[in-house]
Amino acid sequence: MANIMIRKGSEGYVFYMPKRDIEDPIVFLEFDSPEKWGGEIRLKNGGVYYIEPQPAPTRLPFSVRARRIDGVE
Amino acid sequence: MAALTREETQALIQEVLEVYPEKARKDRAKHIMINDKTLESSKKCITSNRKSLPGVMTMRGCAYAGSKGVVWGPIKDVISISHGPIGCGQYSRAGRRNYYVGTTGVDTFSEMNFTSDFQEKDIVFGGDKKLAKLIEEIEMLFPLNKGITVQSECPIGLIGDDIEAVAKKMSAQIGKPVVPVRCEGFRGVSQSLGHHIANDSIRDWIISNRDGQAFEKTPYDVAILGDYNIGGDAWASRILLEEMGLRVVAQWSGDGTLAELENTPNVKLNLLHCYRSMNYIARHMEEKYGIPWIEYNFFGPTKIAESLRKIASFFDDRIKEGAERVIEKYTPVMNAVIAKYKPRLQGKKVMLYVGGLRPRHVVGAYEDLGMEVIGTGYEFAHNDDYDRTIKEMGDATLIYDDATGYELEEFVKALKPDLIGSGIKEKYVFHKMGVPFRQMHSWDYSGPYHGYDGFAIFARDMDMALNNPCWKMLTPPWLRQTDASELKKAA
Ligand code: SF4
Repeated sequence: MANIMIRKGSEGYVFYMPKRDIEDPIVFLEFDSPEKWGGEIRLKNGGVYYIEPQPAPTRLPFSVRARRIDGVE
Repeated sequence: MAALTREETQALIQEVLEVYPEKARKDRAKHIMINDKTLESSKKCITSNRKSLPGVMTMRGCAYAGSKGVVWGPIKDVISISHGPIGCGQYSRAGRRNYYVGTTGVDTFSEMNFTSDFQEKDIVFGGDKKLAKLIEEIEMLFPLNKGITVQSECPIGLIGDDIEAVAKKMSAQIGKPVVPVRCEGFRGVSQSLGHHIANDSIRDWIISNRDGQAFEKTPYDVAILGDYNIGGDAWASRILLEEMGLRVVAQWSGDGTLAELENTPNVKLNLLHCYRSMNYIARHMEEKYGIPWIEYNFFGPTKIAESLRKIASFFDDRIKEGAERVIEKYTPVMNAVIAKYKPRLQGKKVMLYVGGLRPRHVVGAYEDLGMEVIGTGYEFAHNDDYDRTIKEMGDATLIYDDATGYELEEFVKALKPDLIGSGIKEKYVFHKMGVPFRQMHSWDYSGPYHGYDGFAIFARDMDMALNNPCWKMLTPPWLRQTDASELKKAA
């Protein structure tokens, strides 16, 4: 589990992990509705992470804990 | 056009790495790449922010250097204690030329060295008592300080001192912020982690100090982040922003004050010059206070104009017009500078090896002078920096991460640049090899190089280094080829 920050970029969501300085566009977000938001996220660099589905944040950027499933460190 | 083709560059890298033992060769090969502009991400081509190999000569510093030297040090009305043995602070004292206005020793303290001067007994019995006493003494001798930071050197983490507890206690006693910074030199692989730790300590101890307090805002408030005012850089940047109608609330951290840091959450936009050392706090402010941030580049007229327009796009028409007015005002001046120096510098090749930002930021300034950057590299960048570098550099140019002394020398011998821009540790090696050199960390005791005013100085300095007559005098007279006519004249 690691802290990540999700922010809005010019083309959709951007993933950022402060600990490792990884910044990458999110190409896939499993749930993206106001009531249910999160789930599996896929990055452009091939990384796959999981955040517990939850109500969508009212404001971005938003810090949340995520689990790494696959891909780059 | 690069000097070498892709294959030739590849062969060069192979040849240079040949001398290493196999394991080292494999590791170093991952840190060197040939640029390919079509790449989106540097991930697959270059590895960065890894531990340097033992046995090679790296140019990196330590986390303490990143925190005390870069981020905290320049804040002028804060006293940063180098907590631990005396050397770390003394040998880095006032070395970065962060200019500021003030009377050193009275209301500003950046150039002084405050240290707890650890002795054996402090290592054995702990230094917390000494630290508390030191803070008391500082408060008595320098009452105009606005806050104190405790910059830990290596031993502090090793002996397990509780500087946080001392800081809390002393802060209550003197009624000023006392910030413990856990930037022991052994943390991380380079000064880069020190920047991060320093940013985090500002986040935890400073940034929300004035939340909820009244502040007279204007819609045009901005803060300059990641400009350390080396040789006056931040001043040369600030006047442009003010000229276009913005109000600069804070300078982080060159010529900055604690009050400026604390007021920053009130700004409309954070302007980030050195991404590597201050993106952390910019991101934090974006999340906590909803302040957007942008990166900008004030090296060379092309990039300045681009950046001014980009900054203006966040504001109303008044600022947009202001940006155009500034660009228009300086264009003739810049054209004159270029007309003067470009003919003398046109087509010259440059190799760079600097810290975490300039290897990509100054490329535009060189190009404005008709010069070409054929190789560049960072001491302590991360992959997001290389992602940004790929776009700035030409195809098939060389990019090296945490280059060793040996590699740099070999690359220079093969690529034969006309000018090298790097730091003091490299300077005299290359001077002795007969290659013109400029220090790109400290501007070789010149500067500023930021902004329009800075570009004029930059161009002059590059010309001065490159076209200095001394480079023609490197061959001693007895080795010089004399032609017949001269002999006849002598006879
Ligand atoms: S590595 Fe440790 S001992 Fe060396 S300068 Fe840095 S803090 Fe001081």
